[in-house]
Amino acid sequence: MAHAHKLEILRGLIKFKSNTQKIWGVLILLTIVTSVEVALGIMKPEALIGHFLGMKILNWIFIILTLVKAYYITWDFMHMRDETPSLRRMVVWTAIFLILYLLFILLQEGGYIQDIYSSGYLKRNF
Amino acid sequence: MSTTVVNTGTEGKTWGGGNPPLQASYGKMMMWFFIVSDALTFSGFLAAYGFSRFKFIETWPIADEVFTHVPFLHGQELPMIYVAFMTFILIMSSVTMVLAVDAGHHLNKGKVTIYMLLTIIGGLIFVGSQAWEWATFIKGDYGAIQTKGGNILQFVDANGHRVALRDFVTAEPREREQLQRNTGVWFMSEGSLPTYTVEEVINGLESHNNILVRTQDINEHGHKTVLSREESLKQIKSNGKHVIEGANLHVNEYGSPLFADFFFFITGFHGFHVFSGVVINIIIFFNVILGTYEKRKSYEMVEKVGLYWHFVDLVWVFVFTFFYLV
Repeated sequence: MAHAHKLEILRGLIKFKSNTQKIWGVLILLTIVTSVEVALGIMKPEALIGHFLGMKILNWIFIILTLVKAYYITWDFMHMRDETPSLRRMVVWTAIFLILYLLFILLQEGGYIQDIYSSGYLKRNF
Repeated sequence: MSTTVVNTGTEGKTWGGGNPPLQASYGKMMMWFFIVSDALTFSGFLAAYGFSRFKFIETWPIADEVFTHVPFLHGQELPMIYVAFMTFILIMSSVTMVLAVDAGHHLNKGKVTIYMLLTIIGGLIFVGSQAWEWATFIKGDYGAIQTKGGNILQFVDANGHRVALRDFVTAEPREREQLQRNTGVWFMSEGSLPTYTVEEVINGLESHNNILVRTQDINEHGHKTVLSREESLKQIKSNGKHVIEGANLHVNEYGSPLFADFFFFITGFHGFHVFSGVVINIIIFFNVILGTYEKRKSYEMVEKVGLYWHFVDLVWVFVFTFFYLV
């Protein structure tokens, strides 16, 4: 698949003429996303401190923007866009499934222990 | 001799041999599988970090207040600027790597060489920055008092700005020396002694009326709780046990020791990946110069190390988010 590059990102919203051009385009996109993250991280707008599904809205924004960056690094820098769908699914879904499962059990347990600390008699003993 | 030929009936089919399944060469596919397993290792670490953080969610250090230093700009509070710069360097070296891969597809040896070199330089800048970041973190800045229960008490002025121990505590002459192996019994030694003792900190606190104690507890506004003047004196006098300067695997002046442990472990493991990536890149760089891939008429090796290098960048994007932003 070396020479057949798909040259459009954002579902065809932006089309590039050459692979090199696409690389620079993706760099600009990643830089913008990172700048937004850093700006939000420094300002910490009061409006985004509220909680949603157990986490601050600001943190949800950070995680979503990170996944956006991860998508473009994998799809365009690692040429996942040009691989066959089977290879793509094999790599991406395996990782996503296992990571989501791991995150769920560990964060659930961490939250439970925190609950015990704050409401129970038990203080720090481990 | 037609009897020796085994006919499987799969000729020309995908798994009949002679063509790479999934249109990917063996090496590339194995690199992808390695990346999946390595991604799971890193997720394990980050999930463990999340576990500990959720456990101590009300007292966890605020990253903005820990990583505020930028080289050559001493004494200024610039949260996250340097990490953002490091992130940008790594993304930039990813770009030069993918440009090298692209030039490899066009069998352009000169361009591959230049882009590989730029990638290596980017990687070295990143590893160097990380070393600086570690050194700053270990050295610490403000100092703090650890209580009997293992909590950290920091000092702020009336406006809530952090105050370093050196700004209000005076060290008195002391007779106590660090026990080293050459001064006592050969198997006994101890870590370096802090600059001040708890008594000196109490004296300093009593003689400076404007200094207050800040605890680890995060209030509803997302800030650390600052105690009143009386509470501050009472806390330090009744609970203060050790003076902490900087961070190591046992204690750190920023808050929960787990924060430093995970910082060292996760960024260390990532830094190790960057370092090995740089080494592999250097090997491939010399192969490019020697013309190995020119003779092979294929620069796929550059593509494979490129995959690894991008993966290192990918991991950093997550480490950046979970350590410095969230």
